[in-house]
Amino acid sequence: MSGDHLTGTTFEGRAAEQLAKPFQRKAIPAAVDGTVAHSRALFATGDRERLRELGRDIRAHAVANLPEYVAAFTDAAEANGTRVHFAGDATEANAIVAGICRDAGAQLIVKSKSMLTEEIELNPALEAAGFEVVETDLGEYVVQIANDRPSHIIGPIIHKTRGEVRELFSAIAGRDLGDDPRALTAFAREQLRDVFLRADVGITGGNFAVAESGSVVLVTNEGNARLATSLPRVHIALVGVERLLPRTADLSVLIPLLVASGTGQQLTTYLSIASGPRREGEPDGPDEMHVVLVDGGRSAILGTGYQDILNCIRCGACQNVCPVYRQVGGHAYGWVYGGPIGAVLTPLFKPSAEGLEVAHASSLCAACDDVCPVKIPLHDLLVDLRRDRVGRRIPGRFERLAYGAWSRAWSSPLLYRLSGRVGIASLRLLARGGVVRRGLGPLRRWTRDRDLLLPGRRRR
Amino acid sequence: MAATDRPDGEASAGRLPVTLFGTCLGDLMTPDTVADASRVLTACGCDVAAPRGATCCGQPAFNSGFDDAARRVARRTLRALARTAGPVVVPSGSCGAMMRLHWRELFRGDRDEAAARAVSARVVEWSAFVAERELPPLAWSGRVGYHDACHGLRELRVRDAPRTLLAAVAGLELVEIGSAERCCGFGGSFAVRYPDVSVAMADSKLADVAAAAVDVLVSGDGGCLLHLGGRLSRTGSPVRTLHLASLLAEALP
Repeated sequence: MSGDHLTGTTFEGRAAEQLAKPFQRKAIPAAVDGTVAHSRALFATGDRERLRELGRDIRAHAVANLPEYVAAFTDAAEANGTRVHFAGDATEANAIVAGICRDAGAQLIVKSKSMLTEEIELNPALEAAGFEVVETDLGEYVVQIANDRPSHIIGPIIHKTRGEVRELFSAIAGRDLGDDPRALTAFAREQLRDVFLRADVGITGGNFAVAESGSVVLVTNEGNARLATSLPRVHIALVGVERLLPRTADLSVLIPLLVASGTGQQLTTYLSIASGPRREGEPDGPDEMHVVLVDGGRSAILGTGYQDILNCIRCGACQNVCPVYRQVGGHAYGWVYGGPIGAVLTPLFKPSAEGLEVAHASSLCAACDDVCPVKIPLHDLLVDLRRDRVGRRIPGRFERLAYGAWSRAWSSPLLYRLSGRVGIASLRLLARGGVVRRGLGPLRRWTRDRDLLLPGRRRR
Repeated sequence: MAATDRPDGEASAGRLPVTLFGTCLGDLMTPDTVADASRVLTACGCDVAAPRGATCCGQPAFNSGFDDAARRVARRTLRALARTAGPVVVPSGSCGAMMRLHWRELFRGDRDEAAARAVSARVVEWSAFVAERELPPLAWSGRVGYHDACHGLRELRVRDAPRTLLAAVAGLELVEIGSAERCCGFGGSFAVRYPDVSVAMADSKLADVAAAAVDVLVSGDGGCLLHLGGRLSRTGSPVRTLHLASLLAEALP
């Protein structure tokens, strides 16, 4: 299960569903606070601010010169024996991947974690085409067997309890596995090893694609991407067309930024650089390597005021610190990405009324701006998206009339004072002891779970 | 309020003329806080005036994407402030950030652009301003936690000033709250657009406040205090909320 849960729903409704899961509100901070603390400590050492600036400059340069670097990447990759494909949208991307798998006579496909394949809903497409697909990232494996969706870029199942994982795995095992995380992980590992050895095709994403060398760079802590790129006969990497880096040396800036921000580590456990199929004399590696560069709405953002969002390296740091995300989790945002990055990407990729509403799923606290490793001005982009939403006349009549009337009244000092006095006097009619416990009209949204404290009450 | 209107540039001898913009929320919902902010400024050698004809900085509309409405209201306040002298001191990091940082954007290419730039450059958040001045000895007894309001902290970079001020109060025990820098969930219109999420955010913050066992929760922004105070009141908590200006006013000799 994947895709778009926006249609016919609101952020408020989806958030309410998530808030009703008290476990989740404890689980998210518990899952991410260690990363936040480690990341903070790392960013306090050395000249990380300079590193962030460098990271931003490298990404911004690559994005600003994308056609040039796509061409360079294609030349270099093809010189390595890799086949490069271009997909304009999800349908094209899924068809290309299915075609490669068919040509390879594949039946079983292993996948390592990729948010892009969530965007394009690759798994259902491949299953519909008759292939068996198995996710091999531990979290994504759980997501797949639970028929769920990832709720965090780095930690896809931070919304799930250990007990839920125990039940899911025990059902497959046909016996109770207990809830020791080591035992559960060992069970998944045993299952997945066998699948890796039998798989015909390995599908990965790509954290970066290096134009200079034609390589696809993968960062994992589980090693599953390394197995997926080297054991099966065919390796297919799906990479967002914006994820290019000009030079191999750029990795020395962006990998430390990604790892420190994503998991709070100094080093990742596995850094895999896939640079083509197995060459003569090499003991392992695939017979074929394919890279599918997917646009999926990205090039439409180029040249707009939102271009900076293409600098994103999908580390999840903005989700970890987002006070809204920490309460409602990723699914409330209605599409693939939650948190500040989702609140910006969803309106851009899904510009329906429902998609654009997600730009409001932020208190504009700017905590995301402070941690973004490539300094994307997320807070400003959210306000810009809200402005676009007004430009497209999406807010309801009530909201538009209210702001219109408000601006007329409050641009006159006399009407400002008058409306203030009338407003406070009306509130006093609803109050007892200077406190409004039950408001009327729009005020009910304030007083449902909060009192409204009127002037003068505070003094003792 | 204690401040009075004053003709341009005319100040009592030896005192620094400042303009205290109380903000709409301050004027309407917490006039005591504005009066307290004025008292403290007076106590640190300022000659305080309120801007005649100022209303609101326009932030509620600006953050919701209604720039025309925001500009219309902000223009009134901007023009009122353009007629005043000295620093424009704002007892709210959020309104202060709107005026100092976002007015330039809001008035870009507008006939009032030059005025917006000139006034923006004069805007200073209240605690940052007061921390640079000499205050009389302060005394106040109690255990206090400080909540950093987001825009003061992350847009205006005011972090140490309020803590320095609180630390200077004899008898006051300042306790760091675990999530002092995390948003309380007010967020202006966010608080009524998504009340459930807003209150969930408040509860997360208030759990840390309870763990710190403070008597008073202090902040530099009336919006956060309206929201957190309202939730504390609804849940029957004994914790009191106070604007930093009010606490310091109570601590004055």
